Amino acid sequence: MNRFVDLVNVSMTYGKQLVLDHIDLYINRNEFLTLLGPSGCGKTTTLRIIGGFEAPSTGDVLLDGTSILHQPPHKRPLNTVFQRYALFPHLDVAGNIAFGLKIKGASGAVVKKKVAEMLELVNLQGFEKRHVLSLSGGQQQRVAIARALANEPQLLLLDEPLGALDLQLRKEMQVELKNMQRELGITFVFVTHDQDEALTMSDTIAVMNEGRILQIGKPEDIYNEPKNAFVARFIGESNIMDGTMRSDYRVDFAWGSFDCVDKGFADNEPVDIVIRPEDVVITAPEAAQIRGMVSSVIFKGVHYEMRVQTYDFIWKIHSTIQSRVGESVGLTIAPELIHVMKKSAYSPTIEKLAIDINHPYARQRAGGLMYPESLQQ
Amino acid sequence: MIKRAFAYPYIIWMVIFIVVPLILVGYYAITVTDFYGYTTFSMANFRRFFTEQVMGNRVFVSVATRSLRLALQSTLLCFAIGYPVAYIMTRKEYSEKSVLIFLLLAPMWMNFLVRTYAWLTILERNGLINNVLMRLMNRDTPVIDILYTDAAVLLGMVYNFLPFMILPIYTSLKKMDPRLIEAAQDLGAGGFNTFLRVVFPLSIPGVVSGITMVFMPGAATFVISNLLGGRQFFLLGNVVESSFIQQGDWHFGSAVAVLMMLMMVASMVVLSFFDKGENQGRSAMI
Repeated sequence: MNRFVDLVNVSMTYGKQLVLDHIDLYINRNEFLTLLGPSGCGKTTTLRIIGGFEAPSTGDVLLDGTSILHQPPHKRPLNTVFQRYALFPHLDVAGNIAFGLKIKGASGAVVKKKVAEMLELVNLQGFEKRHVLSLSGGQQQRVAIARALANEPQLLLLDEPLGALDLQLRKEMQVELKNMQRELGITFVFVTHDQDEALTMSDTIAVMNEGRILQIGKPEDIYNEPKNAFVARFIGESNIMDGTMRSDYRVDFAWGSFDCVDKGFADNEPVDIVIRPEDVVITAPEAAQIRGMVSSVIFKGVHYEMRVQTYDFIWKIHSTIQSRVGESVGLTIAPELIHVMKKSAYSPTIEKLAIDINHPYARQRAGGLMYPESLQQ
Repeated sequence: MIKRAFAYPYIIWMVIFIVVPLILVGYYAITVTDFYGYTTFSMANFRRFFTEQVMGNRVFVSVATRSLRLALQSTLLCFAIGYPVAYIMTRKEYSEKSVLIFLLLAPMWMNFLVRTYAWLTILERNGLINNVLMRLMNRDTPVIDILYTDAAVLLGMVYNFLPFMILPIYTSLKKMDPRLIEAAQDLGAGGFNTFLRVVFPLSIPGVVSGITMVFMPGAATFVISNLLGGRQFFLLGNVVESSFIQQGDWHFGSAVAVLMMLMMVASMVVLSFFDKGENQGRSAMI
C-alpha cells in the first residue's frame, strides 16, 4: 500500500466558525503534495492537524494505516518547517540543528557529524557557530529546513516556508526543495497561497477554499482541467464566462456556438466556460465567431498581454504576435481548449458585468462597431 | 537642539537631587568631625565598619552578612514562588489572567507601611494565626512565635517584593513566540525538555531583572526589619537609618551607604554578565 497519510472526514470548528469542512485526503509515500488556497482557506489548519498542534473536531488522521490522533506532536514521526522559521534565538546554528538529536540522546560525535551533513545539504558549510538572528532570511530558512531534516523524518510539513523570501531567492529555494525531496525520498506536505510555487514543485496539488478541497490532482490536470471557476481563477489567468451546453460536444457562449470535447451535461444546462489566455488565437475578424477590438497591448517579454473588448466581455489574451490597439480582430479557440465546468458557488458574476451595454463608451467601442445587426437589438 | 532643551529641567533636577547628594555622601564618608567641630579626611568610618567589636563580635560585619543572607534568601524564595506563578499566568485564558494580575497588584495600591503593619497583627503571639491555631489545637500557649526574628523579616520581604519578581518574568514569558514552543515539540521535546531547553533559557532576561528588583531593595530595606524584626541593628538599612537619625553620625551612615552602593554595583555587574548572553537573541527578536 502506497498510502502514507490519510485524513478521514476531518472537520474543524473554532467556536461557531467551520474552518475545515469534512476533508478527505490521502498522501502517498514520497509524494510532494501542496495544499494551495487563499489565506483562511484551512490549509494551515490541515497541516497543523497532521503535525498534532491542533486536534480536529471530528475525523481521524492515519499514518501508515494507524491513527495518530492520540499522539502529541513530540511523539509523531514527522517534522515541520514553520512559517517564519521559528528558530531558537538563544542557540547558534549548530544548536538549532542539533536540537532534535540531543533530545533523542545522540552522542556528541554523532550530533556533530549530522550537523555538518545537514549544513552541507542546505549549502551553509561553516555556519555552525553563527547566531541564527544574524543570518539573512534565506539562510534562516535553510537552517529551519536543516533542523527539521536532521531528525530524518519520513514526513516533512512545510508551512509557507518561502513566503518571507524575495522572488529570486524563492525561485531558487523552490528548485532546491524539490531536488531535496527527490534525493531524500521524503514525503513533503507543502502549504502555500502561491499558485506558481505550487505548479513548480508539486507532484499533486490540492486546491482549497473555505475549508474544502475543491480539486486534487497533478499540476497539469489542475491547470488544464479546472473543476470550477474558483480553481480556474486561482491557478493561472483565465477568461471565465457563462455558457449553455446545447448538447454533448456543443456549447454556446460569447454569442456563438462552438464544438467542444465535453459531454455528460443536461441539454441546455447553464455552464461556466474557462479559456486560458494563451489558448486564444487571434485571426482576421471574418474568420472567427467571436469578434472584438483590441483595447490594450502590454509587452511581457515572452508574449504580448492583450485585452480584447467584445460586446459584453473583456478577453485576456497572451499572444506572441502583436496587435495594434483599436484593431478589429477575431478570436478562435480550438475545441479541446474550451473547458466546460458545472455551475458552482464560484461562477462568474462580476465578469458578466464587465461592460454595461448602456454605457455610451461601451456602445461606441464594442456594440456599434463589431456586431451584426441581429445581435444589436 | 530643541530636543536637548527639553532635557534641561531633568538634568538640573538630576544634578540637584542625585549628583550633589551623591557627592555629599561621598564627602561625609571619607571625613570625620572631631569633638571641637574640625573636619578632617579620614578612613576611620570604613575602618570602624569592618573592625568595631561588641563583645568579641564584629557587629557591622555580621549585620552586613545577615543583610546579604536575608536579601539572597528572599530573592530565592521570590523566584521559587514567582516563576511558577508567572508561568501559570501566561497559560491561563485571558479573562483569568486579568484577575490574577489584579490580585497580584491590588495589595500594592495599599501603603507599604500599612501592608507591613498588617503582618504584625497576623503574626503576634496573640495575633490572627496564633488565635486560630490555639483554638484548633486546643492549646493556650502561642503555637508559632516568629515575630521579631529573621523568619518574620524574610516573610515581610517576600510578601512585599514578590510582585517585582513575577511581573518581569511574566512579561518575558508572555513575549515569547508560541511557535518556538511548537517547534520544540515538533523536534521531539516533551513538556520537561521544552521548558528546560526553550522556555526557561528565553525567560532569563525576565528572571535577571526580577532578581535585580528583589535583591537590591531586599539588601537595603530598613522598614520591614524595623517593624517585623524589632528595633535592633538588624540590617544595613537600619544601620544607615539609625546613624543619621538617632545618633546624628552622618559620617558613619554615609560610609555604610557608600559600601552598600558598591555592593549593588558589584551585584549588577554580575547579573548583567548573565543577562548579556541571552539579550543578544532577545533584542534582535523584537
